[in-house]
Amino acid sequence: MTTDDALLRLVGVHKHFPVQIGALLSRGHEFVHAVDGVDLQVRRGETLGLVGETGCGKSTLARSIARLYDVTSGSVWFDGRDITRLSRRAMRPLRREIQVIFQDPYGSLNPRRRVGSIIGDPFAIHGVASGARRKKQVQELMELVGLNPEHYNRFPAEFSGGQRQRIGVARALALRPKLVICDEPVSALDVSIQAQIINLLADLQDEFDLTYVFISHDLSVVRHVSDRIAVMYLGKIVETAPTPQLFEAPRHPYTRALLSALPVPDPEEWSLQAMCERDAEGRYTALLDLLQLCTDAAYKLSDDLVARYFTHSGEARHSVGG
Amino acid sequence: MPSLLSVRDLHVSFDTSDGVVQAVRGLSFDVRRGDTLAIVGESGSGKSVATQTITGLTRGARISGEALFDGIDLLSAEPATLRRIRGARIGMIFQDPLSSLHPYYRVGWQIVEMIQAHDQEISKRDARGRAAELLSLVGIPQASKRIDDYPHQFSGGMRQRVMIAMAMALNPELLIADEPTTALDVTVQAQVLHVMRNLQQQFGTAIILITHDLGVVAQTADHVVVMYAGSAMERARRREIFYRHHNPYTEGLLLSLPAQGEAGERLTPIKGTPPSLIDLPPGCPFAPRCPYVFDRCRVETPPLDDVFRDPFHQSACWLSADEATRERQRAALKATGTS
Repeated sequence: MTTDDALLRLVGVHKHFPVQIGALLSRGHEFVHAVDGVDLQVRRGETLGLVGETGCGKSTLARSIARLYDVTSGSVWFDGRDITRLSRRAMRPLRREIQVIFQDPYGSLNPRRRVGSIIGDPFAIHGVASGARRKKQVQELMELVGLNPEHYNRFPAEFSGGQRQRIGVARALALRPKLVICDEPVSALDVSIQAQIINLLADLQDEFDLTYVFISHDLSVVRHVSDRIAVMYLGKIVETAPTPQLFEAPRHPYTRALLSALPVPDPEEWSLQAMCERDAEGRYTALLDLLQLCTDAAYKLSDDLVARYFTHSGEARHSVGG
Repeated sequence: MPSLLSVRDLHVSFDTSDGVVQAVRGLSFDVRRGDTLAIVGESGSGKSVATQTITGLTRGARISGEALFDGIDLLSAEPATLRRIRGARIGMIFQDPLSSLHPYYRVGWQIVEMIQAHDQEISKRDARGRAAELLSLVGIPQASKRIDDYPHQFSGGMRQRVMIAMAMALNPELLIADEPTTALDVTVQAQVLHVMRNLQQQFGTAIILITHDLGVVAQTADHVVVMYAGSAMERARRREIFYRHHNPYTEGLLLSLPAQGEAGERLTPIKGTPPSLIDLPPGCPFAPRCPYVFDRCRVETPPLDDVFRDPFHQSACWLSADEATRERQRAALKATGTS
């Protein structure tokens, strides 16, 4: 295979987490297949949207890409190089090129450190710049993401949610990465602020030729930012398509369920109407059944484990309805 | 027809070590029987505080105004009166169903307890039968079995259905739903909204839906109140809010949505951030962020007045209430550039 224009390539990536089942003596291990065989390519300069619902494995996949997790099997290729089994030491220079922006602008910044030193961390860790030069670079970054450089010495608590997310963006961009993984970067923000951050990310992409993997559960946001979208369900990518195509002609039933469940902010387009109509026998139309099926399956995945846990400990029987 | 709930000039403030937080500043709205009123706003706009105050859940707050529920002022009612109304005639559901359910008790038991608290006559067996009936009404499969499960044995969407069953147990006239689907995935959200809609049609329940999601508003509301910095900026029927809004804040909210415009185009965010509720600027609270701001806005607070000659449509803005004049004003203000 050529390395051509794919900056990132995932081949059959699995990530399993052990889950303890049963009492102390009869302890055994079961595995949650959080990522269950993912093949994916991300081209240079594009934004790949990764959508899916709670527990589908999208964040685990993101962390596997950034090598914050070691994958169970499969391989991760970055810039034409297999990075799956690189040692910590060999991985270090690559960490400059793959950065992550996290969802929670409150949890991802150390509240006891000043903003200047938080954004300056990447420089310190990689020994890139120090002293006055570092301060100057940090202030340039702050300006770039729309923060006042004079606020260099403030603490995170003195900033609003949107401004904190800008701090997270500045930190991620400090070392001019090639790939930025945005893990629900705007989910915690109000719509008016959300739009500011989405615009900022778009501007930075143009300016620095960034490649984004944009993870979100919000289809309207993903639709807006992505060139291509991958839909993830139960640890697998069920459909990948260019954005317009995915919305016009979704092929997988889960994608269809996801799209039809999205409440459209337009009263003329009553998106939930289809599911409120009954057929001659008074049953709801197929869409509602489909939604129910999808959530039941997603729930059972983890639920079976819970159920077995209870049977082992003699606590209770358990059934998932339906 | 008189309103089921009529809130007039509600003020709520809290004393904090940083100063007095004016969470709600002169809010008025009406809910009619069987209608859905959506209260939209961003974090800190006071939408939750307002409804929590009405149901007596904001202890230690300074409250003034009036909230008439079927003729009874909830704000000045005796605690005993309020207890009889809350739960029985006004049901409530909150964003996080897990923290609203007690983890140690079976869900059936919790619903039965709730029914018996308001109805001393009912036998345990009947209450239990009613609980099972409610659970199947909200679409929980095998309800008569699952009634003996604990909250953790339900998924998020199922838990929210349990909360709805509990809130609907005594067939309330009003259901207050505070971000009921915010914590849920879209496919689950659609199912929960569907359940709420069904119950409303079946029992004629009025709903106050508090949300930040304009998609949910467009799909469910009859009337809408748009809140900003503790007061109502605009009040109208759903279609007017989306297609014929008057207030620049409503416009800003709608323009910020990624669903507007084509993919890849730049979004139009509202510049700046919401004001602090401790130290509000004089005049219109939205003035510092408004693209159409002019001198009067910074000095005088605009009242919530009828606009576009529509008795159901009010906006708090100094732009003209006449559509044509307002358009000319807006064009002129945009042209001179925003100061």
